[in-house]
Amino acid sequence: MEFLFASALGVVTACGVYLLLRGRTFSVVLGLSLLSYAVNLFIFSMGRVTAGAPPVVAEGVAAYTDPLPQALVLTAIVIGFGMTAFFLGLAVRAHGESGSDHVDGSEPAGPPEDPR
Amino acid sequence: MDTAPQAPQKNNAMTLPIIILLPLLAGTLLAPLAARFGRNSAAWTVAAITAASLGLVLSEASGVIAGQALITSWEWLPAIGLNLSFRLDGLGLMFALLILGIGLLIILYARYYLSPEDSVGKFYALLMLFMAAMLGIVLSENLLLLVIFWELTSISSFLLIGYWSHSAEARRGARMALAVTGGGGLAMFAGFLLIGSIAGSFELSAVLAARDTIHDHPLYVLALGLVLLGVFTKSAQFPFHFWLPEAMAAPTPVSAYLHSATMVKAGVFLLARMYPVLGGSIEFEVVVTSVGLITMVFAAYTAVFKHDLKGLLAYSTISHLGLITFLLGLDSPLSAVAAVFHIINHATFKASLFMAAGIIDHECGTRDMRRLAGLWKYMPHTATLAMVAAAAMAGVPLFNGFLSKEMFFAEALELHDLGLLGQIAPVAVTLGGVFSVAYSLRFIHDVFFNGEPRGLDRKPHEPPRYMKVPVEILVVICVAVGMLPGLTVAPLLAVAARDVFGAELPAYDIAIWHGLTMPLLMSVIAIVGGSVMYWLLQHQYRLHMSTPARWTAPRLFHRGYDGAVRLAGQFTGLLINGSLQRYLALLVATVALLGLSAFLQHGYSAGDLAPTAPEPLAVVVWLVALAAAFATVALHRRRFAAVVLVGVVGLAACLTFAYFSAPDLALTQLSVEVVTTALMLVALSLLPQEGPAKSLPTHQTRDALLAIGAGAGVAGLTWAVLTRPHESISWYFLGESIPGGGGSNVVNVILVDFRGFDTFGEIIVLGIAAVGVLLLMDGLRLPPAAGAGRGNSLLLSVAARALLPFALLVSVFIFLRGHNLPGGGFIAGLVTAVALVIQCMADGMDATRRRIGIGGAGLIGAGILIAGLTGAASWLFGAPFLTSAHGYPELPLIGKLPLASAVAFDLGVYLTVVGATLVILTRIGGVRSTTAAGGQV
Repeated sequence: MEFLFASALGVVTACGVYLLLRGRTFSVVLGLSLLSYAVNLFIFSMGRVTAGAPPVVAEGVAAYTDPLPQALVLTAIVIGFGMTAFFLGLAVRAHGESGSDHVDGSEPAGPPEDPR
Repeated sequence: MDTAPQAPQKNNAMTLPIIILLPLLAGTLLAPLAARFGRNSAAWTVAAITAASLGLVLSEASGVIAGQALITSWEWLPAIGLNLSFRLDGLGLMFALLILGIGLLIILYARYYLSPEDSVGKFYALLMLFMAAMLGIVLSENLLLLVIFWELTSISSFLLIGYWSHSAEARRGARMALAVTGGGGLAMFAGFLLIGSIAGSFELSAVLAARDTIHDHPLYVLALGLVLLGVFTKSAQFPFHFWLPEAMAAPTPVSAYLHSATMVKAGVFLLARMYPVLGGSIEFEVVVTSVGLITMVFAAYTAVFKHDLKGLLAYSTISHLGLITFLLGLDSPLSAVAAVFHIINHATFKASLFMAAGIIDHECGTRDMRRLAGLWKYMPHTATLAMVAAAAMAGVPLFNGFLSKEMFFAEALELHDLGLLGQIAPVAVTLGGVFSVAYSLRFIHDVFFNGEPRGLDRKPHEPPRYMKVPVEILVVICVAVGMLPGLTVAPLLAVAARDVFGAELPAYDIAIWHGLTMPLLMSVIAIVGGSVMYWLLQHQYRLHMSTPARWTAPRLFHRGYDGAVRLAGQFTGLLINGSLQRYLALLVATVALLGLSAFLQHGYSAGDLAPTAPEPLAVVVWLVALAAAFATVALHRRRFAAVVLVGVVGLAACLTFAYFSAPDLALTQLSVEVVTTALMLVALSLLPQEGPAKSLPTHQTRDALLAIGAGAGVAGLTWAVLTRPHESISWYFLGESIPGGGGSNVVNVILVDFRGFDTFGEIIVLGIAAVGVLLLMDGLRLPPAAGAGRGNSLLLSVAARALLPFALLVSVFIFLRGHNLPGGGFIAGLVTAVALVIQCMADGMDATRRRIGIGGAGLIGAGILIAGLTGAASWLFGAPFLTSAHGYPELPLIGKLPLASAVAFDLGVYLTVVGATLVILTRIGGVRSTTAAGGQV
């Protein structure tokens, strides 16, 4: 399981970073989303990955997983939503103002077949 | 480090700080207020404040003159040796009187000088700030405190010189003054740090007592050099003199103040102040006297050829500062007397000359001596005053300048132990005297006689009566001191000079007539020689035609300055070329390299824990997640598909949370996923649906390498962590959850109780993000999309309306159980948000917003307010912010409630999340909905 977890995180991170480095705002937002999943899961995994031991205190249960990373990740997910929303707002505004959805605020200069 | 200030005497504790605080606080704050009632009230206000400070200084004067230094001290940052220590001794007293006395006259003068367009409030406030900084320098007992005030003079003089900020010349002059004096100040600071570490304290008394230790220390020469850099830059000594003439772009009252009694005198003050500590060595004597001598002769010569009245006075100031520096460099008690005496004299005659120059400029519209002439006919009163002051400047008998200049000549004859310098000095000072008579004569003859004015655009006349009063007062002082030195300045001079020399002075006599002596002969040579020189220049060499070669120092400065700016610009341009894409790539690369260097430094190894066996279902989820992630990258230009694919990865994350014992996270992730996907689709309707063609291959390769590097790093790190045993501080939270937080869902208890403050911050961040979206969308209106106005699905609309109450019920349920079972404010808020999203999809943004009837922004505010008030309520019980109370019988009638106060906090979280989601969705969705049924999702 640990291998699946670690490798998936690596792949999602790589895809997120690649999209993050694209020139169009919407691709950047997509990349940020992927990167957020990876980061949240990464933080979550600092409490190790254990099945069947939710941190809800109950009579007669001795094993619980680490609740602290979960608390951190819970707010991180919500903040991540806020960030995505802000970026989307920025992207919409920038496109509305400049007519281009390139992150640099204008279509890149140079030969037309070279729009990055 | 010994930080205990050693005080010879401590009483009248508050007087000294109040002297500084009056202008610093009252002056700077009241001046702009008073200026609203006209310039008179502003002038009277700051004059009253200055007079109050002056009164306080005078009230302490008798004790100081009797030989008792007043020292008071409060600890400020004792760990670094910085104390609020103040000292009023003879030297400080003399300077404080000059600063406040001449300051008072400048205030009166500026009242008439400034034109109605100038902001009087700003001027007086800056003047007060500068005055306070100067007082701080001369009254500081602590060297670090002195540095603070020193830098404050640099900054406030920068603002004063650049007062007419619309003029490029003023801005350039101000910048140069700040760069030179501020830079020198830094050197001085370093020197003080050395001195303080050698002496073991920054208190002046302790430093004075440690003179021998400092002199014997190997770092003495370095410390001396650094302090002298500060002195020479501030006092405009060669080769740092060039900033002072450039600073003449300041309004004339500023020039009169800065260059007579204050700014440039700060340098010689410091030299005098540190003389008992640093002086007396051969290095000190040679460096200080030769710099002073060169400055004095060179600047006096330059002054003769200046056509601008203020330019002439500026170089004359530099020359006189050189004279004072020269005297302070000598190791003799009488040179200390002469230096202090000349400081006073120069302040009086130079302030009055600057004021006279300002009057001439004010009444004639020019300061160019090639155009000015014959003003004696038009303004005889001003002319008389200026002539007396100029005579004092030239060192003519019966005026104060003569007395100190003769002492200066006498001292220059006594440099027997300085070898060659001792033989050059008498000749050089006489030459300097000749030049100084020549430029004084030029000031008088060129301006007030020498024919008729040429090409003035107005007929000159006397200035307003009270504009001349400050000049008259100063000129009277010049004459009174010149004729009756014993009755006027002698006592003050004695205590100030004793503080400079650091020991009792031998008996001396200041008198006009000492008999036929060598200094008298030098004075005669200077006066005759200067007159001849001026006559020759005017009649033989056509002085007015001369265009003096622009001295290279300012040009070098500007070249260096521009070069530095250009270099910084090039460096910035190299990294910051305006492309966000590039910045991101640089950031990712930097982080990847940092991670890599950690791996390389410490080596990489997996842990020893045996991994658990993969479940078949997990492999399926893994495959789906990988496929979706790769597909997102491959299809990211087809944006609609990409949104769906990203959602698939999100669902895989959600399943992962659910499987690995994190039900709260799974619920959160699921609801966020729904809201985010809806939001992305809304935004996508406002952006191009398809991305443009491919990136450059080189970019793709670069980004792919970066991505693979980052991914490999994360995977490796995760693997290394997951295969190592787990230690955590969380077991405390698990144990305390029920007894301390009153809830069994530990994640929720951490959020609303143990780490409630974090959560409070996070909902505020969420609120800020929502407000940010609100502002971003404000004023943005896009034309309705093609196909907008299609009817909404009736079925969906009806279903959504039916769903809303149920969804709200579910969220209430999730909210209430949250403290003990998976759920809570965040998740309940998101569930509500999902219901609202469905409403929006069915009915459109505007309709939904109308139906809900309450603005999202209001909900955010209410949520943060409730959370904050819940936290603040614990103050009522004497507990820290956000201390939770649970199980307490809060309401006497109802009895013990099984509620935790944290539930109220969670309610705040809930409201904020709902409000933020609502604001974000309706605002972004509302951009295109100016027409009827827009907001297609």
